[in-house]
Amino acid sequence: MKAFAYASPSNTQQAVQLLSSHSGQAALLAGGTDLLSLMKDLVVSPDLLVSLGKVQGLDRITRQGDALRIGAMVTLEQLLADPEAQRYPGLIQAAQGVTSPQIRSQGTVGGDLCQRPRCWYYRKGHGLLAQHNGSSMVRQGDNRYHAILGNSGDALFVNASSLAPVLIALQARVRIAGPEGERDLPLSDFYRTPQSPDEKEYALEKAEVLMEVEIPAGETSNATYEVRQREVLDWPLAAASVALGMQGSQVSGARVVLGHVAPVPWVSREAAQVLEGRELTDQLARQAGEAAVQAAKPLSRNAYKVRLARVAVERALLRAAGREI
Amino acid sequence: MADYSWPEAGKRSLIGQRISRLDGPAKVTGKARYSHDVNRPGMLYGHILRCPHAHARITRLDTSKADAMPGVKAVRVVQGEGTEIQWALDELVFVAATTEEIARDAVGAIQVEYEVLPHFVNEENKDQAPEVNPAQAQTTGDPDAAMAAAEVTSEGTYGLASISHCCLEPHGQVCEWEDSEHLVAYCSTQGVSILPGQFAQGLQIPASDVRVITPYMGGGFGSKFSVDRWGIECAQLARQAGAPVKLMLDRDAELTVAGDRPSAYASVKLGASRDGQLQAWISDSWGSGGLAGSGSPPLPYVVEVPNRRQQHSSVPTNIGSSRAWRAPNHPQGCLITMAALEDLAAKLEMDPLDFFLKNIALTGRFQEVYAQELRLAAEMIGWKDSWHPRGAGATGPVKQGLGLALHTWGGRGHNSNCELVVYPDGVVEAKLASQDLGTGTRTVIGIVLAETFGLPLESVKVSMGDSQYPASGPSGGSTTVGGVSSSTRRAAQDALAEVLSRVAPHLEAAPEELEAVGGRVRVKNDPGRSLAWKDAAAKIGVNPVSVTGRNPGAGNLTDSGVAGVQMADVSVDVDTGLVRINQMVAVQDCGLIIDLKTAESQVYGALIMGIAYALSEEKIMDPVTGRMLNADMEFYKLPGVLDIGRLRVHMMTGEGFDDRGVIGLGEPPVISPGAAISNAVANAIGVRVPHLPLTPDRVLDALEKGGRA
Repeated sequence: MKAFAYASPSNTQQAVQLLSSHSGQAALLAGGTDLLSLMKDLVVSPDLLVSLGKVQGLDRITRQGDALRIGAMVTLEQLLADPEAQRYPGLIQAAQGVTSPQIRSQGTVGGDLCQRPRCWYYRKGHGLLAQHNGSSMVRQGDNRYHAILGNSGDALFVNASSLAPVLIALQARVRIAGPEGERDLPLSDFYRTPQSPDEKEYALEKAEVLMEVEIPAGETSNATYEVRQREVLDWPLAAASVALGMQGSQVSGARVVLGHVAPVPWVSREAAQVLEGRELTDQLARQAGEAAVQAAKPLSRNAYKVRLARVAVERALLRAAGREI
Repeated sequence: MADYSWPEAGKRSLIGQRISRLDGPAKVTGKARYSHDVNRPGMLYGHILRCPHAHARITRLDTSKADAMPGVKAVRVVQGEGTEIQWALDELVFVAATTEEIARDAVGAIQVEYEVLPHFVNEENKDQAPEVNPAQAQTTGDPDAAMAAAEVTSEGTYGLASISHCCLEPHGQVCEWEDSEHLVAYCSTQGVSILPGQFAQGLQIPASDVRVITPYMGGGFGSKFSVDRWGIECAQLARQAGAPVKLMLDRDAELTVAGDRPSAYASVKLGASRDGQLQAWISDSWGSGGLAGSGSPPLPYVVEVPNRRQQHSSVPTNIGSSRAWRAPNHPQGCLITMAALEDLAAKLEMDPLDFFLKNIALTGRFQEVYAQELRLAAEMIGWKDSWHPRGAGATGPVKQGLGLALHTWGGRGHNSNCELVVYPDGVVEAKLASQDLGTGTRTVIGIVLAETFGLPLESVKVSMGDSQYPASGPSGGSTTVGGVSSSTRRAAQDALAEVLSRVAPHLEAAPEELEAVGGRVRVKNDPGRSLAWKDAAAKIGVNPVSVTGRNPGAGNLTDSGVAGVQMADVSVDVDTGLVRINQMVAVQDCGLIIDLKTAESQVYGALIMGIAYALSEEKIMDPVTGRMLNADMEFYKLPGVLDIGRLRVHMMTGEGFDDRGVIGLGEPPVISPGAAISNAVANAIGVRVPHLPLTPDRVLDALEKGGRA
């Protein structure tokens, strides 16, 4: 790990100020569970860490009418214990998927949304796009955990966030502070597939701070289903979150978002279309799962993930309907 | 000389009881000092520059920037310009500096250029290997004729990936020169007594000038018998810098170059009569344990098929050399054999329990033990109630299945010496160089002492893990418990006899009329005539009684050869390929058990280690770079406590077992889990998943190929 300076501002304006006035490489420190390992492995070597630990107001969950605002510094453990958060079973299930009590206690909602990919080529310093002599190390190498969707370009890693799929399904927005003041955008627009090695996979500019995420009002049946090999801390091989508006037994509106299958949380409009206006039967859940992976293009070693993604969607839908496998 | 023996069944007060390990509190409170915890005044930190390529020639190596860095005290190039490197993370330069950070920065400042050469690291498919070295086929009987005559034949491919030892405490040591000639090394090692010789050879000094200290160590599993280049270089750095040096491996190096169990793959054809009598075995196996390839696993394993031919090929790979991994080659032999046998049983439409019992005579010497263990294990797991023909389970996506496997091992006690001292104040101390790998060796020695002297366990003293004590063999092959318990028992019996002979006049009895029981020395037929142990010891005079006990020696205190049976109950989700362990049952003999609790604990640990390599653990080697991609605890997947299901252990004890003496237990219970779990999965889903670990991709692939997706 390279030596670094450390700053601990007490409000977001100061944090933004520190980031924008710093000429070198600066990084935001939340729970540190991801950043510190990246620094130890010399994947990133910031010379300034700006801690959000003492910034006022980022560690609260507040209800506003029927909307829920979750501060970026809320820990996963805090989220799991919060009575208001229980209104979103899909969110609770996603947080429970992080099975390490240590990570849940230390890791934050903002950190989960902004964590970097686990691609082993990236983590060994080969860059986000893992190019080697002009070709893709992922395509030629071992890609058993890589993308099956949205993988036509050079970005083949999968987005690692546990919470993003369900939050996108719940139509959450994120509020961001920057030198020009605050902005907010749908969480689905926060993520992007980098086209060049120096692009990040999310839209946080150099001097910006993710402040909170807001789940708007709205009644949905929602659920998350992860296919994970182990009960001990493990990355899902595929995951799906769904949020359904229901009229009786009919689906009036559906959002289906897959995790760990693409460089971004993967919103499946195809699956949503299959569902809308129809009765949620086992058969329909299966059809939605199939629609979700219809466009999948597996790499040399990850065809199995297509099936897992399909099953995750199917089971998330059944779970949302109260019918567990 | 005493008649060396273990106390009879009715006369054991501690032996065979469930006794908590003596050093448990020290370990859980952090008081126990492992090599990693040793800090010496003025100590420097070592770090290693490693080659990032699996095969390369070093064309330029310049350490000048590291040499000039403030805080850097020694830099040693061990593989320099012109050297051809054969595996990734091999050591090139060792550095010692005043802080760990400086040592790392110095390593980063070394400039190296390589000519990258072609590598080969994925031997699962033999046809892709640039080099395959077939050994001479081994033939018994007439396998071709027997196969041709067989009424039923079965063919399949089986195998298991290379795994790492993944010791919780990585390899390494702290080296300190007491003066210009005398080295003290605090090593994480399985061979305290053999390491001084290895240091001596590497450093060109007399072995008598090296002292190795290992009071506690955090796992070896067969990977810690060598001083290794990092041991020699740590001592060299310390000598060059004139200060103690700590050098412990990073996790990625620990997983990549400090541990490797060779892979093994095989095509097997089996032949039997319609009623299930085994007749013929023909196998073509291969595997790799690095550049040197690999030897053949024992095939067929345990079950001696009368007509058989085995052909093994060794495949060299650009991977760090293999090291003995707990029961070397047995897990491989067991998986290949037991899976092939279970496939044949399925083809015969026989319950594998009946099939194994029908062929039990082919297991040889231990056939009665196996039969007994099979029936016991079957009862424990409810085999007859819940076994179903292959693939004929529930209709939903989650299928349940049962599988079994048999294993064997030697485990005779190694060469061990124990100095036993009885002090006039009553303290009884055993001194042995032997290390305790974490298995309970210290506790076992204490129990033997306390049992022999009729004292409470808390009042005896065990001093071990120091090469200045009498030598004991390295802890490999399950030989430690037999060795140290036998040498300690002999020493203790001799020392007690000496004490009794000095005490006898004071009790007006002959020495042979006395016994040490319940903290007293008393006359056997007149227990009222007695002395408290402390008072008795005071009669020995001013000089302590000191004797040395040895193994091997007179009396049948240890034996060789054990048999074990394991059964697995699994659930497989055929939509996701996820395998869950519901329950595992292990039935195991190991002669006379000194401490039932630590013995059972060995078996629990082995089951967990077995579940790991059965379900999720493998070295994932990158075809592009030749490096291990998962040299971390994130993707090197070991199970957690919720991943192991319910584990049940039954140790065979009593007549026919206790009277054999003490036999080692470290290896045997880790042999069968892979095979038992693979068989249970085949039973659950109706097809064989050929290779371990049984990850979702492999399970789904097998289902698809078997037309069951």
